[in-house]
Amino acid sequence: MSRLNLQLPGLELKNPIMPASGCFGFGREYAKLYDLSLLGAIMIKATTVETRKGNPTPRVAETSAGMLNAIGLQNPGIEKVMGEELKFLEDYDVPIIANVAGTEVADYVEVAERISKASNVKALELNISCPNVKCGGIQFGTDPSTAQQLTAAVKAVSSVPVYVKLSPNVTNIVDIAKAVEAGGADGITMINTLVGMRLDERTGKPVIANGTGGLSGPAIKPVAIRMVYDVYKAVNIPIIGMGGITCAQDVIDFMSAGASAVAVGTANFVDHFVCPTIIEELPGLLDVLQVEHISEIIGRSHR
Amino acid sequence: MIRQEKMTVILQKQIATNIFELTLQGQLVQDMTPGQFVHVKVSDTFEPLLRRPISIANVNKEKNQFTMIYRAEGRGTKFLATNREGQIVDVLGPLGNGFPVEAAEPGQTALLVGGGIGVPPLHELSKQLNARGVKTIHVLGFQSEDVCFYEEQFKVLGDTYFATVDGTKGTKGFVTTVFDQVKPEFDVFYSCGPLPMLRALEAYYPEKEGYLSFEERMGCGIGACFACVCDTTENYEKDYVKVCSDGPVFPKGVVAL
Repeated sequence: MSRLNLQLPGLELKNPIMPASGCFGFGREYAKLYDLSLLGAIMIKATTVETRKGNPTPRVAETSAGMLNAIGLQNPGIEKVMGEELKFLEDYDVPIIANVAGTEVADYVEVAERISKASNVKALELNISCPNVKCGGIQFGTDPSTAQQLTAAVKAVSSVPVYVKLSPNVTNIVDIAKAVEAGGADGITMINTLVGMRLDERTGKPVIANGTGGLSGPAIKPVAIRMVYDVYKAVNIPIIGMGGITCAQDVIDFMSAGASAVAVGTANFVDHFVCPTIIEELPGLLDVLQVEHISEIIGRSHR
Repeated sequence: MIRQEKMTVILQKQIATNIFELTLQGQLVQDMTPGQFVHVKVSDTFEPLLRRPISIANVNKEKNQFTMIYRAEGRGTKFLATNREGQIVDVLGPLGNGFPVEAAEPGQTALLVGGGIGVPPLHELSKQLNARGVKTIHVLGFQSEDVCFYEEQFKVLGDTYFATVDGTKGTKGFVTTVFDQVKPEFDVFYSCGPLPMLRALEAYYPEKEGYLSFEERMGCGIGACFACVCDTTENYEKDYVKVCSDGPVFPKGVVAL
């Protein structure tokens, strides 16, 4: 019997490990390295109504135990994502969580309505937290009532459960979490990246062409853990936790704080096999903790 | 096939000011072609976090060894330069699409143009072109004599000309200054180096078939993260290309320079 399987709204997970949106493309590249069916789920790259070109380069900059990125939601648009990318992923026995982005409510609604009808899309991840686009993204994620309204609008048209991806770039993340719960969210994914900047040593100007970028990687893990910990206490919907996960122990930490599953982001760029490695190592950690099933770990910080 | 492998350091040698030659041994050597690159984890901690893309300068499949030449300039490459014989380095590769050796027919002549740390991949390319019966002419540009390397290695493969910005070695000026002087006769060109050099080369030989290798900041190195995208020229079928997985080598005229 599996010790790692979990059920979340819309999702039958073989294990709690999934690559985070934006760090895994649409799976094609990693499919050359290992069997995607090993994964609990896949959060695909943000999809918008139209093709998006993204930001000028440089788009990434390394920082202490982390990196900044400002890709700018580059994606081929919903038609190609549905016609080509999701079709490709049908070859694998893995549920897809589609990350939905837009610049206004109507965009989100259109993408959500259409993409939620794809046979392998089992849940949506509403991206109200991208820090790298001028319009949309984070503006929906920093005001509770705006976040609630957008969640409700998407929920009304979606054929699958809706998770909302929260931004850490707010005064009180718990208020946003409660608002999206009130808007009908089936779950929360958290956290997106923290807005940051790195300067060029010689010129004193930002390294990233966009000026600012989103900070990710091990450096942000304590911030993410704290936020998952606080949000878990305040809401009754499940949390998929992320932010700096690189190993099986990090997964235990996030789930202890209250996450029901986790996503691995930046670590996929460093150790391209990190997801299957973590899945392999988790049972050993459960042994150490004298726990039979991973679900027993969820929220243990609070007990 | 792309592998992630713990490779063994066979030799680490400084060959010019801040320029290091590192020879590693491991199975992934078997799949290497000239112009491809490897993505190297220089430390096993989070400092620095990301891998470093480094080109392949020399491949020895019989010994299961390859050599990379890199400039120890930033945090990561300086750390890499501390590795000694017998130590282990985590390498992902080989990555990307290399130079099409078959674009030059036996009996033809290829012009290989390199700039600075763009020179190394041309060495393995030249070896393979020569093995195929293609004559090679090398024009190599550097800042100054103290950062020049591989003179002998290139000379045994074909005519080799140097250009340095300060005139301390070869012709004073740029690779184009050498073109003006030598007026090389060739059928196809291959190049790797800084953007201004690639731009000058494309403009200099508009009628010739040519292949250019690009450099860009990378994240994942396999095409998933969209960090290293480049705009393409108007007539190209796609709006953008990814340097890591669509390149790093492109036929001339694909990437907007």
